[in-house]
Amino acid sequence: MSDLVAQFQLNFIDGDRWQLIVQGLGRTLVIAVFAVVIGVAIGALLAIIRSTYEKNGEDMKKRSKGRYALLSVLNFFAKIYLTIIRGTPVVVQLMIIYFIIFAGSNNDTLVAVIAFGINSGAYVAEIIRGGIMSIDEGQFEAGRSLGFNYAQTMIYIIIPQVFKVILPTLCNEFIVLLKETSVAGYIGIMDLTKAGDLIRGRTFSPFMPLIAVALIYLVMVMILTALVGRLERSLRKNER
Amino acid sequence: MNDNVLIQVKDLKKHYNDGEIKALDGINMEIDQGEVVVIIGPSGSGKSTFLRSLNLLEMPTSGQILVDGVDITNPKIDINLHRQKMGMVFQHFNLFPNMTIMKNMTLAPMKLLGKSKEEAEAKAKELLAVVGLEDRGDAYPNQLSGGQKQRVAIVRALCMEPEILLFDEPTSALDPEMVGEVLDVMKKLAEDGMTMAVVTHEMGFAREVASRVVFMDDGVVIEENTPSEIFENPQSDRLKNFLAKVL
Repeated sequence: MSDLVAQFQLNFIDGDRWQLIVQGLGRTLVIAVFAVVIGVAIGALLAIIRSTYEKNGEDMKKRSKGRYALLSVLNFFAKIYLTIIRGTPVVVQLMIIYFIIFAGSNNDTLVAVIAFGINSGAYVAEIIRGGIMSIDEGQFEAGRSLGFNYAQTMIYIIIPQVFKVILPTLCNEFIVLLKETSVAGYIGIMDLTKAGDLIRGRTFSPFMPLIAVALIYLVMVMILTALVGRLERSLRKNER
Repeated sequence: MNDNVLIQVKDLKKHYNDGEIKALDGINMEIDQGEVVVIIGPSGSGKSTFLRSLNLLEMPTSGQILVDGVDITNPKIDINLHRQKMGMVFQHFNLFPNMTIMKNMTLAPMKLLGKSKEEAEAKAKELLAVVGLEDRGDAYPNQLSGGQKQRVAIVRALCMEPEILLFDEPTSALDPEMVGEVLDVMKKLAEDGMTMAVVTHEMGFAREVASRVVFMDDGVVIEENTPSEIFENPQSDRLKNFLAKVL
């Protein structure tokens, strides 16, 4: 027992090392939160392009050649984006963006936000598109038969239903993203994981810092899960 | 051609796989104001495809559909405006599950016709009373039986004050004991002068309510006549065969 106390003293109290953990946690949260925002924005945009192409492309082809051509091009680039991002590891993407695309940038946190946002966007896009495609075709037809155009049908009828369907998967993606930011150390960012590792390197005692880091991730994920669970329940209350 | 013609269909074709499959192969038809046209035929005969073409939920391959004299197959026209005037009732109801019955009925009138909430709700309540569901406005679709859902679907379409109602097998997904309540509503609409095009397997309804019965098979109209002629005096062998199976 006294050994554990000594360990704790060594790893967190001596040299105010707990501050490293706090700073790292702050950095992790900043990266994760802003990356989620970017990811959702990119994902929603891509999902709209892809699902509009799939659902409304034929109709658009007959009515406006120009808009259909534009949509086809956008859809093509969206597919390339999805293929590249989902086909390569996030660490490699992070390093390419940091060392090649933004070479010389000294705002490494911003680079990490962009990299994780771009990465998450690809997965969010497929989650949202999957949600849109999962809504019964009859809902589209009912909307269209009442006289709503494609966009109105999506906004008033489909999207509210999609949100509920994709919430658990979307939550899962946020959890994955939060934990994936732990590779930010590869570009020299002192995030939560790196902070724990730093302490381990200084104290030569791996147990406390690494377990502490693991616990902090775990607690964050549990809080996130609880919040989403509550949101899901309140959405379900609307039915039945 | 008389002045009462609401819909005129000219040589309508719907082909798949470059003409290999001909779901519709040259349909000509007129629907007059106030008419109840019931379309019957074996499954796969193209009757649902034809009905869904009338508001362009199916895009025809060729041919014309004139509604109030305007060719709606012309890509230049705004099909959404025409669909507002052509209500549709589906086999699987297609109510919006995340909205109350009242919201289901008021959404389109408020967003598309610019009605106020009060106005739209007053109209919806009035229509719900007609189908005996005046107390279910706050319920969600899940809480209703199939027959009730379909009655709501009918009045949801009526909220847009359409010129014609299209029914795509409105009773096929219902338990037998609920078919009657939906057919009663449709009959009442017909008596009130609503123009209707109905695809159905309910021969009793066709015989009793239709002003004209159309028999389709293989994507073409085989016979078209008054109900009594169709049922008592069928001309073609295909219709005779069909009737022998379903009656």
